[in-house]
Amino acid sequence: MNRFVYLPDVVTLELDVTKCTGCRMCLVVCPHAVFGIENNKAVILQKDFCMECGACAKNCQEGAITVKSGVGCAAGIINGLLRGTEPTCDCSEGSSCC
Amino acid sequence: MKYRVAPGIYAVGNPDRSSRVFVSANFKLSFDHLRRNLEGINSWILVIDTKGINVWCAAGKGSFGTKEVVRRIRIHHLAQLVDQRKIILPQLSAPGVSAHEVKKMTGFTVIYGPVLAKNIKAFLDAGLKATDSMRQVTFPLVERIKLIPVDIFYGKYYMLIVPLVFLVLSGLNPMGYSVDLAVNSGWKSIVNLFSGYFAGCVLTPALLPWIPFRRFSAKGLVTGWLVAILLLLAGTLGTTLVEKASWFLIMGGLSSFMAMNFTGSSTFTSLSGVQKEMKTALPVQIAMAFLGLAGWVITKFI
Repeated sequence: MNRFVYLPDVVTLELDVTKCTGCRMCLVVCPHAVFGIENNKAVILQKDFCMECGACAKNCQEGAITVKSGVGCAAGIINGLLRGTEPTCDCSEGSSCC
Repeated sequence: MKYRVAPGIYAVGNPDRSSRVFVSANFKLSFDHLRRNLEGINSWILVIDTKGINVWCAAGKGSFGTKEVVRRIRIHHLAQLVDQRKIILPQLSAPGVSAHEVKKMTGFTVIYGPVLAKNIKAFLDAGLKATDSMRQVTFPLVERIKLIPVDIFYGKYYMLIVPLVFLVLSGLNPMGYSVDLAVNSGWKSIVNLFSGYFAGCVLTPALLPWIPFRRFSAKGLVTGWLVAILLLLAGTLGTTLVEKASWFLIMGGLSSFMAMNFTGSSTFTSLSGVQKEMKTALPVQIAMAFLGLAGWVITKFI
């Protein structure tokens, strides 16, 4: 089966190539193969594959990557709206929720 | 509480000062899964406190995070236990853990292992390298089916109360109220409601890749209406045009909403995307439910 892709052109992921040292950490942590390497620097190959988990930004030593990360979860967003907070999943311990 | 493992250091086989260290969430299923896949490999497992939550969710919340990893390395004296200075973390903890900060604070180099524990042996054999496919998260049918119960229980109270309300209202008629009518026709409302719910939180996840549209709410509308067409043929949507149309609105809105909730279980939807989707979908779903309910009540009096 082919890859799932969500809505096009909404993702907040940005890469500042000038700061990139080509350490490839973003390629390692990304669960959706968003990044590639060209001329020893990271490039965003498939922006629409991104789910804004934030792993790349968190593990970029140079701070070359920014993304507004959060839970891509409707129930979590409703939770946030009701409580006046950021979107948050409200899974209690246990099962494979969120 | 029964899903938790006490944080601390665990041994697999007979590890020594040069053995590898794997870091695990204290969600029992994650821990057991890791332990099973390390069978035959003498190693240490450092279990950190993620409040019993699985790796990916905990990383998203930050409880599987830099701070907790650093804290556990320190309070369990990992540096005194082993001579080597590498720790292997599940790749899906990366949204919460900053590898370079852990290194800076503890001296331990974080190596991200594969997404799935079952690939750990291959990862070790390849010299701590995961193939591209081991680094990617998929969302096959089996995984989607496993998550369906979570969504079914999302509306537990509503799905008891709302059908009851419909059952009671089914007794309304131009002459007043009839308990016989409620009993004799009310079951149809219950069938329709549960079918709409089922379309959204069972059919949509199961058939996800084969339903047109990218928005989950639109996918849910498709399945909701497909089920409504079946019930139209089966005769539970009522007799008048207004009543049938009302059920299409209610079932469509309900299925669409439940399908939209499955974004939280999916492995590929972004916050920005879901926010964009909800901005239009939520008002439409609410309007459909209210118009449908109003239309359905009106038909009781004509």
